[in-house]
Amino acid sequence: MSESRQNKRRRKLPSSKYLVLSVPYLWLLLFFLAPFFIVFKISFAEAQIAIPPFSELLSYADEQLQILLNVGNYFYLIDDDLYASAYLLSLKIAAISTFLCLLIGFPMAWAIVHSSPSSRNILLMLIILPSWTSFLIRVYAWIGILRNNGFLNNFLMSIGVIDKPLQILHTDTAVYIGIVYTYLPFMILPIYTALMRIDYSLIEAARDLGASTLTVLFKVLLPLAKGGIIAGSMLVFIPSVGEFVIPELLGGPDSILIGKVLWQEFFNNRDWPVASAVATIMLLLLVAPIMYFHRYQKREMGAS
Amino acid sequence: MSSIPVYKTRWKWLILGLGFSFLYLPILSLVVYSFNANRLVTVWSGFSTKWYGELFRDDLLMNGIILSLTIAFMAATAAVVLGTLAAFAMTRLGKLRGETSFAFMITAPLVMPEVITGLSMLLLFISLGQVFDLFSQRGMLTIWIAHTTFCTAYVAVVVSSRLRELDLSVEEAAQDLGAHPFKVFFLVTLPSIMPAIVSGWLLAFTLSLDDVVIASFVSGPSATTLPMVVFSSVRLGVSPKINALATIIISVVALASFLAWWFMAKAEKRRILEARMAGGT
Repeated sequence: MSESRQNKRRRKLPSSKYLVLSVPYLWLLLFFLAPFFIVFKISFAEAQIAIPPFSELLSYADEQLQILLNVGNYFYLIDDDLYASAYLLSLKIAAISTFLCLLIGFPMAWAIVHSSPSSRNILLMLIILPSWTSFLIRVYAWIGILRNNGFLNNFLMSIGVIDKPLQILHTDTAVYIGIVYTYLPFMILPIYTALMRIDYSLIEAARDLGASTLTVLFKVLLPLAKGGIIAGSMLVFIPSVGEFVIPELLGGPDSILIGKVLWQEFFNNRDWPVASAVATIMLLLLVAPIMYFHRYQKREMGAS
Repeated sequence: MSSIPVYKTRWKWLILGLGFSFLYLPILSLVVYSFNANRLVTVWSGFSTKWYGELFRDDLLMNGIILSLTIAFMAATAAVVLGTLAAFAMTRLGKLRGETSFAFMITAPLVMPEVITGLSMLLLFISLGQVFDLFSQRGMLTIWIAHTTFCTAYVAVVVSSRLRELDLSVEEAAQDLGAHPFKVFFLVTLPSIMPAIVSGWLLAFTLSLDDVVIASFVSGPSATTLPMVVFSSVRLGVSPKINALATIIISVVALASFLAWWFMAKAEKRRILEARMAGGT
């Protein structure tokens, strides 16, 4: 009796198992993965003044199925130096910002880990708290600080360090500050998690054996926290490559980053196929970092 | 975890002091200057609350707030359902077909640049509109779908980390005693992951409330969310009204987190007390 019930449950399980899986699976398949193929497809279309503003790739007339692939968009991106330099500048700014986040984030995570257990949670909450307020408004705050008559310049002039305002807003420096400021919590949290898992008797052992502080840092602490550092770096690097809001609000006319280029192709020029080609190449550049992040995150989430 | 040494060096305080000043001084500056009478934001000319009055008379902003709160509420709720199912599928169902692609679709949205997500979503809606008669009027519905999609990934990460920590033996015991898997889920698993579901919902809510890039892509002329209004006004320069809005948002978040912290601390204290009393008598 009980055995037959057990069997019945086993038989029933697989179907309900896939039912649980299928709802989120199909949703993400339709609304997250499928759209990339459409972007890829439209990157081979031609811009038209129509609704929607691009040509159809497939046409059927006179019993002929025609596929028109327009590779012109990609040639256009190669021909015009603007695009290549925008990709390079975006990668450079993202890489340097990631490094700066690590430089600030690692010591902060370390300092929180080595605080008393009761204050740890409060400090951690204070790290996350700013990101619960609006991202736009936090970027906006820096406009007021970095402007020519903003707080920073007023302060520096009042203590006599400079006698005329520094131009910081609308330069790449402001973009770096904006990215580091908004993405810093994403660097701190994974490093904090990694540092909490370390067996600190190893550090003690290294010290007892006469290792200097720097040796402990580079030979013991950093290698042990590697997973968190990688995850944090990817969480900062990948989204900031395509960042649009920060360069738009804080950057100058020279800060032509690829996210801004894509936005302008789409909204100002209404050239959707070129915007799609820009997105496709950005995605290709980011495939390796995304896979790298995915491998780490999958382990974290405990998927087998 | 008690083996982690607690340092009280000057270095640690210096790092924490500098780090938290960097995080909080910009926010503080917004609050202070929202009470400035001068239109030029950074030039102080006396205390005033007039910008708050102007904020509440701005219909575009007020409508944006209502629309954004509605979308955020619906997107967070849908994302919690989808994300919890996804987390459950990943942590509890063992080996599944299509698991690799599934895990990828959970992690990739966390890092995907917003311009790519926004563009791809919009092109999907356009393509679906060409085949079926759908999404001809882009607006609230399309923003809701887009937000639900990326929020699902965040909820799945939060909930799955809690599911992994959970003691499996209780669920197994319930199942061995003959409870149907659905019953086990609703009576055993769900109550114990409730804190993670609540924080996943709140995270999704704030993420949706905050998004400007994806919404700009997938929205139509009929729907302008709060971040879209703020963005277009900030692009033109600083505005004291935005400082007032920022102050309200910051106060709400600060108050909510303080209450959450206070209630959690109280519950923790009660638990310790109960444990002590149970042990003592």
